[in-house]
Parts: sequence; structure tokens; C-alpha cells
Amino acid sequence: MRTNFYNEMYTAEQSVRAHYAAFADWLQSRPAGWLEQKRGEADALFHRLGITFAVYGEEQGTERLIPFDIVPRVLTAAEWATLAQGLEQRVRALNAFIGDVYGAQRILAEGIVPADVILTNAQFRPEMLGVRVPGNTYTHIAGIDIVRAGAGEFYVLEDNLRVPSGVSYMLEDRRMMMRLFPDLFSIYSVAPVEHYPELLLDNLRSVAPAGINDPTVVLLTPGRFNSAYFEHAFLAQQMGIELVEGQDLFVRDDYVYMRTTRGPQRVDVIYRRIDDDFLDPLAFRADSALGVPGLLTAYRAGHVNITNAVGTGIADDKSIYPYVPEMIEFYLSERPILNNVPTWILRRDADRDYVLANLKDLVVKEVHGAGGYGMLIGPASSKAQIEEFRARIIAHPERYIAQPTLALSACPTFVQQGLAPRHIDLRPFVLSGREVRIVPGGLTRVALPEGSLVVNSSQGGGTKDTWVLEA
Amino acid sequence: MLSRTADHIYWLGRYVERAETLARALDVQYRLSLLPQPAQAIAAGWMDTLHELGLLQEFRERFGDVDAERPRQFLAFDRQSPGSIYGCLRIARENARAVRGAITAEMWETLNATWLELRSLSMKRQEPDAFALFIDWVKHRSQLFRGVLMSTMLRDEGYSFMRMGMSLERGDGTARILGARLASASGGAATGGFYQWSVLLRAMSAFENYRKLYRDAVVPERVAELLVLSDSDPRSLRRSVDDLYANLQVVANQRSRETERRAGEFNALLRFGQAESVATGRLREYLDDCVERLRNIDRRISSDFLVAVETVA
Repeated sequence: MRTNFYNEMYTAEQSVRAHYAAFADWLQSRPAGWLEQKRGEADALFHRLGITFAVYGEEQGTERLIPFDIVPRVLTAAEWATLAQGLEQRVRALNAFIGDVYGAQRILAEGIVPADVILTNAQFRPEMLGVRVPGNTYTHIAGIDIVRAGAGEFYVLEDNLRVPSGVSYMLEDRRMMMRLFPDLFSIYSVAPVEHYPELLLDNLRSVAPAGINDPTVVLLTPGRFNSAYFEHAFLAQQMGIELVEGQDLFVRDDYVYMRTTRGPQRVDVIYRRIDDDFLDPLAFRADSALGVPGLLTAYRAGHVNITNAVGTGIADDKSIYPYVPEMIEFYLSERPILNNVPTWILRRDADRDYVLANLKDLVVKEVHGAGGYGMLIGPASSKAQIEEFRARIIAHPERYIAQPTLALSACPTFVQQGLAPRHIDLRPFVLSGREVRIVPGGLTRVALPEGSLVVNSSQGGGTKDTWVLEA
Repeated sequence: MLSRTADHIYWLGRYVERAETLARALDVQYRLSLLPQPAQAIAAGWMDTLHELGLLQEFRERFGDVDAERPRQFLAFDRQSPGSIYGCLRIARENARAVRGAITAEMWETLNATWLELRSLSMKRQEPDAFALFIDWVKHRSQLFRGVLMSTMLRDEGYSFMRMGMSLERGDGTARILGARLASASGGAATGGFYQWSVLLRAMSAFENYRKLYRDAVVPERVAELLVLSDSDPRSLRRSVDDLYANLQVVANQRSRETERRAGEFNALLRFGQAESVATGRLREYLDDCVERLRNIDRRISSDFLVAVETVA
């Protein structure tokens, strides 16, 4: 793999970057074996706290920990200021885009995004056409994946606008760092993140249907066998709202109720952590046992709000991603602050020809894929894998996009052999309601195998605490 | 509160308490096994215990005849049965996991740590004194959980459902453990009466209470009186039902009138019960009646609160 990546901690000349200097000194002064011991303590704590993820089967050890790395990822105040501005801008544009797609469709009329890319997209929900949502907000919670490339510049890798997860790890990683290394927090002024649930709750309450003064907000989970169940329970607890499953809700006369020990109780806002497809068996997948029959009708009638809105998937589809910079200019009349990764759209003949000729150097992604599946990383793939993908692209070019192999930045990470650079990304969580709010930082994910670029937890990724330094 | 949440919390309380009941039932048998007596007497004691806990049939189907050794292992560590301590704590932890947003973080951590430790404990080979330590450990973990509950949980409906589950289970457990002892002791046990009943008192943490209250020899009538009718022993049926009734009144809804009435009636029966009603000759019948009443109240709690209805008020 390439070695010309940006190292978060060291310059190309192997000197420590200024904002990591105090950390490096601190690290130097630790006795041998101390880090191993601390890492063991962290693992034991995560186990005891039950901060686990992955398939929950029978009793035998199927609850896994997300590997937590004790070396923080540090961003300077200036770096974060630019990121925060760019994130807000991007999410505002994406939100406007979704409203437009389900409203006047100006962007299609202007030919900026090809109409067929939208209208034939599986993520397009015709049920949402003409539906007004409170505050015209669709993307209440967005997770925007950011990477840093060779020279240190930031790129948006993808937008997660459906049910982005991981924020509980952002909060727990911070809690763990503070517990294990309190002294570091007196050396550094780290912007706090613990108020995220507070912001989220305020945000959810602010988008209740009109006329509701004291809304009942619930978090809808697929249940405790879901891999992100810990996060659902954690957020519900931190916000003091009910954690409900589909079976706990029902719809009567286009209003949603939850079944309580004192009879039915009206529900006004549903923070759902299940996909559109499973929300309402009467409207979407009929075989879904996770959803609530009639929910979509109640939603369309304006009697309940659902966050994120139904149909946001149309804006985070990889086939839409290449158009986001143009959306920003179209809706906001602003220049994009954050870069998009240059993207070849394989339904275009010229793009496809180029990509097929350069597969070994490129990353090819399935437009509807997620979680790092359905992806070809050219430089890391065998001839056979490349040829297999070539055939798939030729058969269905519209299903793929391609991007250059980005040299993701790396951060020193504690691995078997000691500290070694591992590639990372960053997922900040952007909240939209009355206003756009972002807690400083986000979740840093790290690809633990040497040279790996895949940070997804389902594929062996770990996490790091993310520090935004106060100026 | 969500009916499903209340259901999980209620059963969480029941299973934690049941694990402690099992530890105490094991304690009785363990203490007896150290007294001089023939192996058949020990096996007979286990038989009565398993029968009283409603596990005799399952045990026989899986392991055949009741001997002096096997039941101990079964009641403590059996992986399959929901009736073992292992099974109870697994189910309790499952319930807690389902509602970890509705209980406090400390409660969840206590239960989760208990479960993780149990799993490592039950893998290890048993030293001779390991069993007594294990019984103490289970009691301590249950007591710790109760302490964390009392000192961290908001006094809301969830708290009351937890207490209802715990007190109902405790009353039931006391009745069954006493019933098992009654059966064994009246079956012409070889060892003297004092030991037959004092081991029970010790296993129920009631020996000192007994001495303080009666300042007299240990006799079966008074042991029964203490464990059934006493208003001062915390494990007595009377205290358990009193607590159950009090918490039931907190969560009362439009459908629960009859359940409250029955719990109140049962409470009054125990409260105004006379020592003669638990005299040795009548005790069997009395305990059966108590267990049946608790079973009935449990079913009514389920249908009044825990099974959701869709009628919009």
C-alpha cells in the first residue's frame, strides 16, 4: 500500500505536530507496560458497562466490543472551524434538496440532477411527494463521513442521512478517556461532547407537529437483537424518552399511540432507528414485523413526526453524491467549503471507459451498498477480483461509481507491536431542527489491520476518542 | 410506562429474587448435608426441595433418580433450565438488557457484572468450599442489586413493578422453602428437631431474628409463625405481601380493582392471622393456599398491566 499518507501526529520529517506535542511528551513519560495495562482496563470496563455490539445470539460470547483505541485523534480549533462550517453548509443543502425532490423538483427541472437518477431510484419514496414536514426539516440527524487525504486536506466521503449510528461510541470513548487518563484533560483543553443527548432531545422536541406544546418523543428500535441496540438504549436513557419497539405502538384514527400500563398514550415524535422499508408493513415491506401498521398514514396526516424523515435515502445514495457540490451552489448560492472526492459516474460512457482502463488504481463502489460491502479497492485486490468487478460493471454500469484511491490519513494506534499508524476517518453528527448544531468532533473510526482502508465496525474497525482543541 | 417495559422490569425483579431464593434453598440442603445422616435422607431432602420448587419433573426427565449430589449442581449451574441460579440470572440480565434505558446505569452494571462473573465462576473446577462461597456470592449479588435499586432508581411506576416482582417472588420462595422443610422434617428425619429447623432459619437469615423475637428454643410452630406471619422479619410472607400490596396500589389503573382487592384480602389474612392457623397440622394446607393466591395475583398483574390493550380512553 501507499506510504504517502498524511500522519495526524507526525510531519513527513517525523517531527511531532504542534498540537500533539504535549501528548507525545506525556506518552514518553509513561512506564513500560502501562499502556497495555490501561487498555486491559478499558476492555474490562466496556464489558462490564455492556457497551457491546454485533449479533446477539445465544449466551455464548456473541456480544463483541468495538475495539477502542487509547490514542486520541486530535483536531485543532482552526481545522474544526472550517469543518463545522462546511458540514453545516452541506447538510443545509442536502435538506433543501430532499424538500425539493418531494416538492417542486426545481433541481430536476433545471437539469442539474438527471430526473431518472432520482425517479427510478429505489430510495425515492413517491409516498412523500407533496407531504409537508415540520420546519421543512428532513435530515434531523446526519452523519457525514470525512477523510483526510495526502496533503492533509479534508474530503467528504459519504453522507449518511437515514439512520446514522455511532454517536454512543463517541460519547463512551470520551467517558473512557476521562476515566483512564484524567491527567490528559488538564494538559489539553478538549471541547466537551457530553451534551449531545441534550441537543438531540431539544432538536427532537422542536420538530413536533404544530400545536403540541409538550411533545412525547420516543425512540423506535428494531429491538435488542439489533447490532446497534446498545446505542438505542443508551440514547433513550440519556434523553429520558421511551425506547419502543414496533409492537409497543399502534395507530388509531391516524394518530399514533404507545401501549402503557395506564392505557394508550399519544406519541408525537418518533426518532426511528429502523429503515424506511420496515417502518410500516401497510406502506412498505409487508413482511416487516418491526414497524407499525398505519404509521405512514398518520405521518402524512401530520399527526406524528418521524426523524429522520421518510425518504431521506434519496440524498445519501452514492449515485446522488457526485451532485452535492452543485446542490450547494443551486440552493444556497455558496461555494462548497468541503471537497467532494472526485467521482466517476459509470453510467456516463467517458467515465466508464476511463475507469475500466484503470480499475487497479481505483475504488469502485456499488451505489446502494453500505457498510463497506459491495466495494472494490483496486490496489488491494487480486487480478481475479478486478476481473469479476469488471464484468459486474459492464453488466450494470448504473449501479457503480468510482473514485481515486485516497491515501486516508493515519493516526498512531495501539496494536500488538506497539504504536503504529492506522488509517482513520471521522463521522461528525450534524443535528438539524430550528438551527443546525454540531458537537465538536464526532466519531473517529480506525481500520485496525495494517494498510486497511475499511473502518466499518462490521469489518473489524475500531474507534478513537476525537478531540477538538479549544482555541 | 410501556406495558412491555413494565413486563421486563417485573420479571427482572422476580428472577433476581428467585436466584436468591434458590441460593437459600441450596443453603438449607448444604447445611443439612454436613450433619450426620444417611445418604437417603439427603436425597429425600433434595426430592422435597425440587418438588417444592416445581423442578422435580424436569430433573427426573433429564437425570433420572434424585441422588445426594446431582441436584446441587443442577440448581446452581444448569445451563438449560430457567429454574437454576444460572438460568435465573441469565433471564434477569436478558430482561435488564431489554429495558436498560428504563433502569439506572448502576442497576444494569451490577447485573451485567454479576452475569459476567457467574459465567467465569461456573466454568471453574469446584473446590470443596466453593459451594458455600457460591451461595454467599449469589445472596450478596442479589442484595447488592436490591441496594442499588433502592438507592438509585426513581420512585416511579418502574420501581413499583420491580418491587412487585421481587416481593411476590420472595413470598412465594419463603412459602416453598418452608414447605420443603416441613415435608422433610415430618418424614421422620434422623437428626434432631433443633437442627432440622435451625438450618432453615440460618438459610433464611432469620436465626438471630428468631432468637431476638422469641428468646426461646427453636420449635417448628414458631419458625412457621416467624416466616409466615411475622411483621418484623423481612422475608416473611406477611412482609412480602404487604410490600406487594403497597406497590400494587401505586400503579393501580382502571382495570386493576379486583387484583387490588385480592391482594388486600390476602394481606389482611396474613396481617390478622393467628398463630394457630400455621400450626404444624395445618401448615401444609395454609402454605398451598398462599402459593395459589400468589399465583392468582401474578396472573392478574399480567393481564391488568403487562399485556397491552388498544382501547383509546
